[in-house]
Amino acid sequence: MEQKSYFITDETGIHARPATILVQTASKFDSDLQLEYNGKKVNLKSIMGVMSLGVGKDSEVTVYADGNDEEEALQAVTDTLSKEGLTG
Amino acid sequence: MSKILKGIGASDGIAISKAYSLVEPDLNFTKTSIDGSASADEVQKFKNSLHETKVEVTKIRNYAEETVGPEHAAIFEAHLMVLDDPEFVGPIEEKITGGHSAPQALVEVRDQYLKTFEEMDNEYMRERAADIKDVSKRLLAHLLGRTLPDPASIDEEVIIVADDLTPSDTAQLDKRFVKGFVTNAGGRTSHSAIMARSLEIPAVVGTKEVTSAVNDGDIVIVDGTAGDVIAGADEKEIKAYELKTNELKRERETLLELKDDETETQDGITVELGANIGTPDDVEGVLANGAEGIGLFRTEFLYMGRDKLPTEDEQYEAYKTVLEKMDDKPVVVRTIDIGGDKEVPALDMPKELNPFLGYRAIRMALGNKELFRTQLRALLRASVHGNLKIMFPMIATIQEFEEAKALLIECRDELKADKVDVKDDIETGIMVEIPSAAILADEFAKVVDFFSIGTNDLIQYTFAADRMNENVSYLYQPYHPALLRLIDNVVKAAHREDKWVGMCGEMAGDSTAMPLLIGLGLDELSMSAGSVLKARSQIKNLKKTDMEHLVEAALRSPDSDTVTALVKEYTERL
Repeated sequence: MEQKSYFITDETGIHARPATILVQTASKFDSDLQLEYNGKKVNLKSIMGVMSLGVGKDSEVTVYADGNDEEEALQAVTDTLSKEGLTG
Repeated sequence: MSKILKGIGASDGIAISKAYSLVEPDLNFTKTSIDGSASADEVQKFKNSLHETKVEVTKIRNYAEETVGPEHAAIFEAHLMVLDDPEFVGPIEEKITGGHSAPQALVEVRDQYLKTFEEMDNEYMRERAADIKDVSKRLLAHLLGRTLPDPASIDEEVIIVADDLTPSDTAQLDKRFVKGFVTNAGGRTSHSAIMARSLEIPAVVGTKEVTSAVNDGDIVIVDGTAGDVIAGADEKEIKAYELKTNELKRERETLLELKDDETETQDGITVELGANIGTPDDVEGVLANGAEGIGLFRTEFLYMGRDKLPTEDEQYEAYKTVLEKMDDKPVVVRTIDIGGDKEVPALDMPKELNPFLGYRAIRMALGNKELFRTQLRALLRASVHGNLKIMFPMIATIQEFEEAKALLIECRDELKADKVDVKDDIETGIMVEIPSAAILADEFAKVVDFFSIGTNDLIQYTFAADRMNENVSYLYQPYHPALLRLIDNVVKAAHREDKWVGMCGEMAGDSTAMPLLIGLGLDELSMSAGSVLKARSQIKNLKKTDMEHLVEAALRSPDSDTVTALVKEYTERL
């Protein structure tokens, strides 16, 4: 199991476009991926789960990856967050 | 027998065509439970329906992409993601395995999500609730073996009749065939109304009963300008409307030739013609009708009909959209004008006995500084995207203006300290709608950058007549010399200080008032977009010096009738 925390700096937090792309990225991997925010954990492959967290600016989130491609998955998530400008 | 239905005219024009009723099938089902052995079949049934739904939504998406563009098709991308969502599909399958029927399982999971999303404090999330509803409905129809109406299959000219139109309905409509909309529900800002205006087809919304009054295939006349719908029209009515349509079309074509012209009187005096808007979607109409700016952007739409206040970002986006679309043409934004009779669910405001004389507009804004600051900050941030002017409504005293202006400056300095770009020379002005401001215009003129006369309220306050009260409606007299003298006072005061003065009430687009307004010397007139070209054509035929003589006589008249007679006399001389 791998895990990594991120600080969201984007003005509008994780919503709309970035959420969609994040879920699409996560869905490419076999590993179980979870997103944790404010004590609540959701499936990172679920658009409704990710959006229902309502992650805003200046919040810390943690991603957990568990499975045979967990390292690649976590790397892909990290890349997407930075590419979408969420993590400054 | 024909029947006339009254609704809200949501998009101008007349259409005559066959009705196509887009009525939802009954999606009710009886609750049944599934026992152990059958539940595997039920899961399979669900999977099949899920697959069929995905195929269908993909088709709709592709179709929408071709016909209305990727921007509208994005909704269906979201629908597909919901259908692929393990946290949507998973729980449904679990419930089925646990003994629920597939439709029951779907409805329960859907409702859980709807509750979560509808409670979120952000507009975007609440819209996602609509997506979940929309896509669940389609899935449910497949599960129940019922067919949803298929507007994409329409291949002849029709008028769509529906309870209300969802984004997925409108995205499937073929513009070539849809000549108009009529709905039971909705108002001018509902999705169907906005869509109709952007497609430039006539629409009447909020008729309450069109789906029961009209049968598939009936000939229907839609008069989107008057808000009338004639169901089951006979030959004679069709003829009459056809004549009217042709006449309107010819008139419109002649007027459209003036679209890119300046608005200039015969003796070479230019007047700026602006349009009034209520939402960013209205800008298209503004440009299509050749308006030279926006003289009144009402910002209430941001606050009304919702249970949470709009955030600074949300407002910023709305203002930015309008400013960018207007491409450096002036945009006068009126700050929040609610309270009294305009209720806002998100603000817990007390009911008042006399709302028009009560706690509204700038009075309410200055009493709710946080709310006001949010709007001012959003406006200031948006200022870099175009030619923004800020206008405060219902100003009665100079102190009110100064207090509002000071708050604006405070917000500006804050933003600048945070290194946010803000334009430096944003004009700030006031609405003149209270007699005290009109009378003291000379003093106001020293501190404001412009005036815009709001005639609807100025008339009601001048004559002390509630404009909602039919028993005193005879006192609503826009041509009355008492009102004209107030306007004259404001214009003269403004011009002495080299400030501009506009008008943004109904009167600004009124053809009887026009000769008077030109004579009075207003610099800008802002009206509904549909009136702009007519006004331009009228002004081109007027001579300002003549109209000044008219005004001299009008100001010395005892009553409204004398003024209208004078207007007639002066304009017939042309």
